[in-house]
Amino acid sequence: MLLVGCAEDLSTLHPAGPVAAAVADLWWGMLVGGTIIFVFVMALLAAAFRRGGHGRDGERVWLAGLGLAFPLTVLAALLVWGLMLGERFLVAGKPEATRVQAEARQWAWTFRYPGTDRAPTEDVLFIPAGQPVEIEITSVDVIHSFWVPRLAGKLDAIPGRTNILGLQADSAGEYRGLGAEFSGIGYLGHSFTLRALDPADWTTFLAGDTP
Amino acid sequence: MNALRRHRELSRIWASDRGWRRPFTTVNHSDLGRMFMLAAFFFFGVGGILAMMIRAQLATPHSAFMEAEVYNQIFTMHGTVMMFLFAIPLFEGLAVYLLPKMLGTRDLAFPRLTAYGFWCYVFGGTMLLLSLLAGVAPDGGWFMYPPLSSTLGSPGINPDFWLLGITFVEISAMAAAVELTVSILKIRAPGMSLDRMPIFAWYALVTSLMILTGFPPLILGSILLELERAFGLPFFQADLGGDSLLWQHLFWLFGHPEVYIIFLPAAGVISTILPVMARTPLLGYSWVVAGAVALGFLSFGLWVHHMFTTGIPHLGLALFSAASTLVAVPTAIQVFAWIGTLWKGRPEMHMPMLWIVAFFATFVIGGLTGVMVAIVPFNWQAHDTTFIVAHLHYVLVGGFVFPMLAALYYWLPQVGGRKRFFKLGKTAFWLIFLGFHGTFLLLHWSGLMGQRRRIPTYDAGSGWELINLASSISAFVMAIGFALVVIDIATNLLVSVRGSRNPWGAASLEWAMPTPPPSYNFASLPLIHGRDPLWSDPKIGVAIAKGEGFLGAPRGNQREILTVSTARGTPEAMVILPGNTALPVVMSAVTGLFFAGFLFKLYWLPPIAVVLVAALALKWAWSLGHRADQGPQPVGRDTTLPLAAERPGAPAWWGSVFLLLANATLFGSLLFGYAFLWTIAPGWPPPRYLDWMPLLPLLVLAGAGLASPAIRLAERRAAPHVGLGVAAVGQMLLLASALWLLAAAPDPTGHAYGATVAVIAGYAALHAALALLLTGYCLARLRSGFVSQARCTEIRIARLWIDYAGFVGIVAMAACLAPGLLQ
Repeated sequence: MLLVGCAEDLSTLHPAGPVAAAVADLWWGMLVGGTIIFVFVMALLAAAFRRGGHGRDGERVWLAGLGLAFPLTVLAALLVWGLMLGERFLVAGKPEATRVQAEARQWAWTFRYPGTDRAPTEDVLFIPAGQPVEIEITSVDVIHSFWVPRLAGKLDAIPGRTNILGLQADSAGEYRGLGAEFSGIGYLGHSFTLRALDPADWTTFLAGDTP
Repeated sequence: MNALRRHRELSRIWASDRGWRRPFTTVNHSDLGRMFMLAAFFFFGVGGILAMMIRAQLATPHSAFMEAEVYNQIFTMHGTVMMFLFAIPLFEGLAVYLLPKMLGTRDLAFPRLTAYGFWCYVFGGTMLLLSLLAGVAPDGGWFMYPPLSSTLGSPGINPDFWLLGITFVEISAMAAAVELTVSILKIRAPGMSLDRMPIFAWYALVTSLMILTGFPPLILGSILLELERAFGLPFFQADLGGDSLLWQHLFWLFGHPEVYIIFLPAAGVISTILPVMARTPLLGYSWVVAGAVALGFLSFGLWVHHMFTTGIPHLGLALFSAASTLVAVPTAIQVFAWIGTLWKGRPEMHMPMLWIVAFFATFVIGGLTGVMVAIVPFNWQAHDTTFIVAHLHYVLVGGFVFPMLAALYYWLPQVGGRKRFFKLGKTAFWLIFLGFHGTFLLLHWSGLMGQRRRIPTYDAGSGWELINLASSISAFVMAIGFALVVIDIATNLLVSVRGSRNPWGAASLEWAMPTPPPSYNFASLPLIHGRDPLWSDPKIGVAIAKGEGFLGAPRGNQREILTVSTARGTPEAMVILPGNTALPVVMSAVTGLFFAGFLFKLYWLPPIAVVLVAALALKWAWSLGHRADQGPQPVGRDTTLPLAAERPGAPAWWGSVFLLLANATLFGSLLFGYAFLWTIAPGWPPPRYLDWMPLLPLLVLAGAGLASPAIRLAERRAAPHVGLGVAAVGQMLLLASALWLLAAAPDPTGHAYGATVAVIAGYAALHAALALLLTGYCLARLRSGFVSQARCTEIRIARLWIDYAGFVGIVAMAACLAPGLLQ
């Protein structure tokens, strides 16, 4: 691997765009909620060994209450949160979004910039910073997956299909990207770099120069 | 007859052969259950060694221990071995060993089938093991996604070992599932109605039904992928009308239920052991049963959550996300039923209970992270990182391995008849428990930090080094713990002093027999009045030994058991089981030739193997039955019952019903795949659809229309020879129509449409041929005097297969011609 990065440059918990940031928030929320539920269940379990058997059944409390009503409430709330988040990301075809194309193969990436005269780039994807971008992802051989952990989740590159991923980098800079679906011998090195450019640099780039 | 003489007589009748022949000819469920479990533990050791190699490789950055080429084989085989050669067979072994004892009977419904399944497992597993030793093991991940696993990504023999070896092993899962389903529904102690069944039997029933409906999609997928690899039928190639996503759907349609197929038996073990440890009946028996059944159903509705990153349409995502979270509800019901049981009883902290506590502490975390990954946006980040590695090990080790260790310590006194002597178990417990959490807890974190699964190494400075080092050290601590368990169990079985019969004070019938258990289990079959027979009547073991139950008077060389009515458990009939035979091991070896032929591309071999298997199967079936009606038989307690073969609803008939359920699921999966390709795959429509063939429907309808009424005629014995003869003619018409369809199919290598039509037509032809064979068999049995008005189970079974072949013929024709008509 060419890039020897710092400890945080693949971290989903060090987001650099609105999509990844929302998922990181979701994670912290679920971690807190999950920890509370875990401690609660373990406390119930420990208490069973502490107290002498009452011999009382309490079937309604245990089964209808804790078994049925409790998870249904928690899950419904979580599901709504997750779906609303997903809704926000999935709105493809935003008119203002910049479209780029990512084509995966064993073990490299080709990126194209439709609607411009810009020549394709290999293993480096350029996008404008601070605005929504949509990436059309496909593959020419086996299944791969497009992943820039600090910007958004994964989306698979599948032969014969095109998937569209929306993301945004808040500020200009370099972000590491990975092929994130096992693809054989060269899987480890199947990575790329995403460079988000300031408006001026982006114009320069589209004109054919690499800033 | 006194108890000792009864014991001697029954031992003589039910004994397996002595000496070296014993493992090869035994059909006894205790023998086979132990052999199954031993083999499963052996493969657990193999999988464990592979795991240690993975952790050694990942302990430090830039490890030079293994090349990617080797590493890919190691992690693929680790998953494959643990899933297919350890977890499922261990359930099968446990259920085969325990169920007849818990259900108060002497053996399972089809003893030879148990043996056949066992040998298919051993031979198939050996095939995979050899590939590993030869360095050509599967290396595309245990999920085998094409095109990587197809000829494009893997031209070598590696994936063939997986596709053929696993399918071979799956025969044992299907055999065990049919066997267990029929046994649980029909072969129980008199009086044991469904609501008096031990809770483990409910779980085993749900699990078996899930195997019957969950494994066929995988078997179909493996067949299709092998056809693509061997003969170029492009089911998964996008440019020829296939779709790689079809494999993912078929694989996860199996793969998600698989998780619950593994968890449910463990939950059954907990529901059995935990109340005994708490000295009180299980809280909410019917809630728990409902929870297990609900899990079984729901688990078929969440396979897509393994595919959230494949670009599934939005509505689909929402639906499957909801279903995936919903599955937590029946799990919660069971977890709180168990904790509630502990609250109402007086729990004691013996070894089995210790492992159950470890289960709670681990599985609850796995369940919670499971809900997290069911939330789609989070899934997109966590997918294919070590977060998932951690999650799945919390679920599978916490939810299966720990309960199985509880089971091991709980039933060891029953299997070996000895007291626990050395106390290594507790040390082992702490090493495994702490080692496990040390290995996997922090891997959640490294996954969120961007560590992908399945990478052979990583860079220094990635921020994952400490986590991975700690994980690897803990993994070796855990391995030492497992080694101690082996030593603990071995010393216990070999040198401990004899123990008492029911050391835990349990309620279920496996504790109402001498330990280690005799070959016949029960000297007489007890009459059951409640859910906890040993708690309501602690002396029931004595009554059984004194012959106070059913079948307490052994006769001749007959291995006798009873069948009961499914719901109420009223005795219905007597079954005489077959004795020791090497037929199962021979037949599974010949079955192995079939797979070996494909593996080594010796395509003349499989047809020979099919003919040999068919011949052996006929010999197998021919050996049963009588040439004269036997009439009502005395079964003790002043009762007489007919032989099962002399009344409707014999176990063999039920066996065919459930085999057909699995078979129909396979056919349904094939039609699903066809519809999926037709509507969703990118490369459609094909160059040419089949033209309308006006004669074909006539031929199919004539075939089915002749065969089905004719076999009913034969069954009613109005004119059996004529009926069977006409049925045979009908099958020939169906066979001819299927072969015609096969010949008319467009080039199967040119487009997925032609390939699918060829497979559908081939399936129809196979079933017409099978029904024809069965009809011929019935004619031969009729001529030899094995069939009479009363003894017509074989014709009833033939009727099932003939009706199914007719149904398949009609559906296959309609499916193949439909696209051309609708064009």
